[in-house]
Order: sequence, then structure tokens, then C-alpha cells
Amino acid sequence: MSKLVVAAVGPATSVQDAGRHGAQRYGLTPSGAMDTLALAAANALLGNAPFAAAIELGPLGSAFIARGGPVRIALTGAPRPAAVDGRPIALNESLTLAEGERLTLGVARGGVFGYLAIERGIQGEPMFGSLAVNARAGLGSPFPRPLQVGDEIRAIAASGAPERRIDLPPEAEAPIRVVLGPQHDEFTDDAVKLFLDSEWRISATSDRMGYRLEGPAIKHLHGHNIVSDGTVNGSIQVPGNGQPIVLMPDRGTSGGYPKIATVITVDLRRLAQTQAGRGFRFEAVTMAQAQDAYRALAQAIRALPGRVVDAQASQLDLDALHSANVAGVATNAFDG
Amino acid sequence: MNFEANNPTACRILPSGDAAITVEFSRQISAEANQRVLALDRALAREPIAGITETVPTYRSLLVHYDPEQIGFDALAAQLTELAQAPTELESIAKRRWRIPVCYGGEHGIDLDDIAATCGLSADEVVARHVAAEYRVAMIGFTPGWSYLSGLDAALQMPRRQNPRLLTPAGTISIGGVQTGVQCLAGPSGWHLIGRTPVRTYQLHREPIFLLEPGDAVNFVAIDAAQFAEQDRAAERGEIVAELVAS
Repeated sequence: MSKLVVAAVGPATSVQDAGRHGAQRYGLTPSGAMDTLALAAANALLGNAPFAAAIELGPLGSAFIARGGPVRIALTGAPRPAAVDGRPIALNESLTLAEGERLTLGVARGGVFGYLAIERGIQGEPMFGSLAVNARAGLGSPFPRPLQVGDEIRAIAASGAPERRIDLPPEAEAPIRVVLGPQHDEFTDDAVKLFLDSEWRISATSDRMGYRLEGPAIKHLHGHNIVSDGTVNGSIQVPGNGQPIVLMPDRGTSGGYPKIATVITVDLRRLAQTQAGRGFRFEAVTMAQAQDAYRALAQAIRALPGRVVDAQASQLDLDALHSANVAGVATNAFDG
Repeated sequence: MNFEANNPTACRILPSGDAAITVEFSRQISAEANQRVLALDRALAREPIAGITETVPTYRSLLVHYDPEQIGFDALAAQLTELAQAPTELESIAKRRWRIPVCYGGEHGIDLDDIAATCGLSADEVVARHVAAEYRVAMIGFTPGWSYLSGLDAALQMPRRQNPRLLTPAGTISIGGVQTGVQCLAGPSGWHLIGRTPVRTYQLHREPIFLLEPGDAVNFVAIDAAQFAEQDRAAERGEIVAELVAS
């Protein structure tokens, strides 16, 4: 059997998919990919289901070796140097590693998480319908923890299908959109305004549980304790020190700090890809705008397989694809 | 503030991003609000609304996750408001009752003596009061199987610790504010540790994986350290060791 052997790996590199849903009422957080669009694009390149499990690469470098036969892969997400046995390779293209070839991935530049998908997905034993790693709950397959050197990931032998590529527009430099609530009334109007008017930076202590923000202190109206209630991906809690925390897929399912706003689904992946120390702003949008964007993103993800072209296809074909506006909806969603 | 005091059927619909709604019955811990949360949760389980993907009951609110491709905010908010205002028959909330063994004090409950001193009781009296009460699982959250119980004897209520501990053992039974809790996994906690149960409220490869449900009734039964050790081994093998008493 073909397999991908982990030869080098940094922290925060784990198997992720769309996450584990339906048991939040028992305190089991969903986990799942930080950037679902990049995951879906990697899978589209290989003809996999959109959210088949793949390796979510942390910001630091890693290396993988094909053993037991050829392994077909695709790499998307944060730009980073990548090479096979020293030959540079492109992101957003599929490729086949021959037996013994080494894939070397550098440190992410201009983003945080990458996705390394394997043809037909990662083989494992799902729990609650997911292979996603949730180390705290001891869940995830084939390993219930981040990847370590020596781990072997089984793969089917490469199909020999022609290699494919996808043209993904660069991320727009735009504010991270939020809908206010559920507890923005726990803050003064001035505090909400300060939250929306200020530049924020992501702290280096951020992880898959939460992104801690640095900026002006956001003051509470009645103190920083509320009776715990449910959280979602993107909940922005404000603890006693006034520095907001955006909850990410490994969050606790409930929390006792007031939540001033919630990052909209479409922009949570853009926030996830924002590097520590980089400044950004929030922008409040209406529920209708947020849900229109949500539906456009879902459409865009469904449209990904139709945007994949042969790696050898001429630019003329790509232009024809664009002029046919096959990607029209998708482009709108990407541009926000 | 207790905005529901004047109108017991009031609730607030709060947006939690573009794919979830919080139906809030109270801002405070209240047995009645928790009953209404559970009643709405069960009403949605009986007659599902298309587009809802999962619900998360808490002390005072129900978090409803949904798919905006299937139902929009306004339509779902309207349906939830109507359902939430239906009269709640408290007796209709089916109740399972669990007896959960606890080894109090000593290495398993390192804060017991401090709790007793703070409350002006003996350690035995603290245990007697903790065992005498009937609790209800108000919510499960934060980490898998972490069960927040309402019904703590008023004499045992005390604020959380100033400095949370970074690591407390799996199975810890603790007191935090007006609540007592059953912690399943080892982890940080700012609560006062009173004892430890061999029961796993979350255990993979066991049926059921999650033992307690929001709304279940719980009584604690005191066991000694030898019984703890024996039942802990049984639990490790996948036995439930808690006793389910027919309601």
C-alpha cells in the first residue's frame, strides 16, 4: 500500500475535515479545518469530496516522503515554498510523488494554514462522522493528535489521472465582517464603536482554540461575567482585560464572557489565515448581507470542481473559462 | 436584571453569527429558565424545523445552529419565538435519575477542608449536604462531558477561586458559585475540588459515549477510597458504574 511518511513537522499540523457536528450539546467541540475553502480546493484538484479529510499544515515547515508506491497529492492554502526532491512545485496544482520522493514544505508566507490533500482522501475511522483531530477529547484518525515525525498516512496508489490546477484569486485586503451580538448590549455604545473603529492585531499566543487580539481595552457595562452560554465558530468574547478573543474550531462549546460580535462564516477563514502581528479591522454588516455571503461561499465551494483545469491547459482555455463566467459567483464570494 | 420576571413567557432572540441563533430565557441562573430551555429543545427534537443542524441547551438559553442555505434568520427567528412561547409543562420533561459515586476529601477532594472552614461546617457536614441534595444537569459544555448541575445547597455556595488551577484530575466533583460540577477530562478549573467520581461522563468506545443528558436528575453517593479504586478500574474497562434509577 502507498503511504505518506511524515519526515519533518512543526506544531499545529493535523488531519482535519469539515469537523464533527451534532455533539456540541455534550461539550464536544466541532474542530475541523480553519480554512474550509482552501481544504475544498485541495480536494477538488484530486476529484475528492469537498471536505474529505486532509493534512492541515501549520505555519512552520514540514516534509513528507512517499513510500510503498506513488502518492497523488495537492497543496493549497497559505503561500509557502514547496519542492519535490529539491525541484520547486506550484501551489494549487495536483502532482504525483513517485516512490521515495520527498515533498519539502517551507514556512508559510502571507498566511498561516496550508492543506495537503491526498487522492481519495485520508483513510481512517470516523467518530461522529469526522476524522478531524481534537487532541483534548482524544479524537481524530488515523492519529488522535497532531502529526509527529514517523507517522504513516495510508493512501491508495496514485490513479495516474492527468494533473490538474485551479486558479484561485488572491485574498482581498478587506475588513473582517461581523454581525453584532449576541451580547453587544453588555457594552456601552462607545465600546462597540471603539471595537469597530480600532485596528487589531492577532497575538502570537493564538491557536486553533482562539485568536487573541491586541488593541484598545473594550469596557464592559456590567462586568465581564455572564452566566455561561453557547458559543459558535467566530464568537468574539471579551474577557476582563478588554482584549477580545475570537473563538476558533477547537473552542469550548460554552463560555462565560460576553460576546460582543460574531465573525461571519465567509470571513472567519480569512481571519484564520491572518498572521500574528498583522493589523486588521472589523466591519459590522447586516444579517442579510452575512447570509447572502454565506450562500455565495457555499455556491463557490460547490463550483470548485468546475474550475479545475488540466495542469497543461493553455492560458487561452483559462480565459475562455473566465469569459464564460463559470466562476462568476465564486469570484464574488472570494472578493467579499 | 431579570427581564423575564414580569412576563414569564418572554424570550429574546439573539443572533450568534450568520448560522446560529440564541434563544435566551433569562440572563441569570434560574431553574424555571432552564426548564424552558429544555422544553424548547425537546419540542425541536419532536418536531424538527428543516435547516436546524444541532441545538445546545445551556442554563438559560438554547443555542440553535442552522444552515442559512435552508432557512433564513427571520423565518427561523419567527418559528422559534412562537415555539418558545408555548406553555411549558414542567412534568412533561422526562427525567432520568442517576446515582453517581463520589470519594470525598483527601487526595480526591483537596479543597474539602477549606470549603468546610469557609462555610463554617465540618467536612462531614459538607459531604452530608452535598449528598443530600438532588441535582439536575442544567447544561453540558466547555469540554466533553463537563456537566453543570443546579440544586447545590445554599450553604455550600461559594465564589470561584481567585487563581484557577491549570490541571485538575479527570472525574473531579467541584463547587463553583451556585453550581456543582462533574468534570470528565483532566483540565484547568477555577472551581473548588470536593471529591472525585470513577464515572466517565464521556468515554470513547463505550455505549453510550456520553452518559448524562441535559435535564437528567443526579444524586451523589459517598464511597471510600478503596471503592473508588475498584470502580475506577471497572470504569476504565468500559463499565458505566453510575446507577440509573428509573424515574
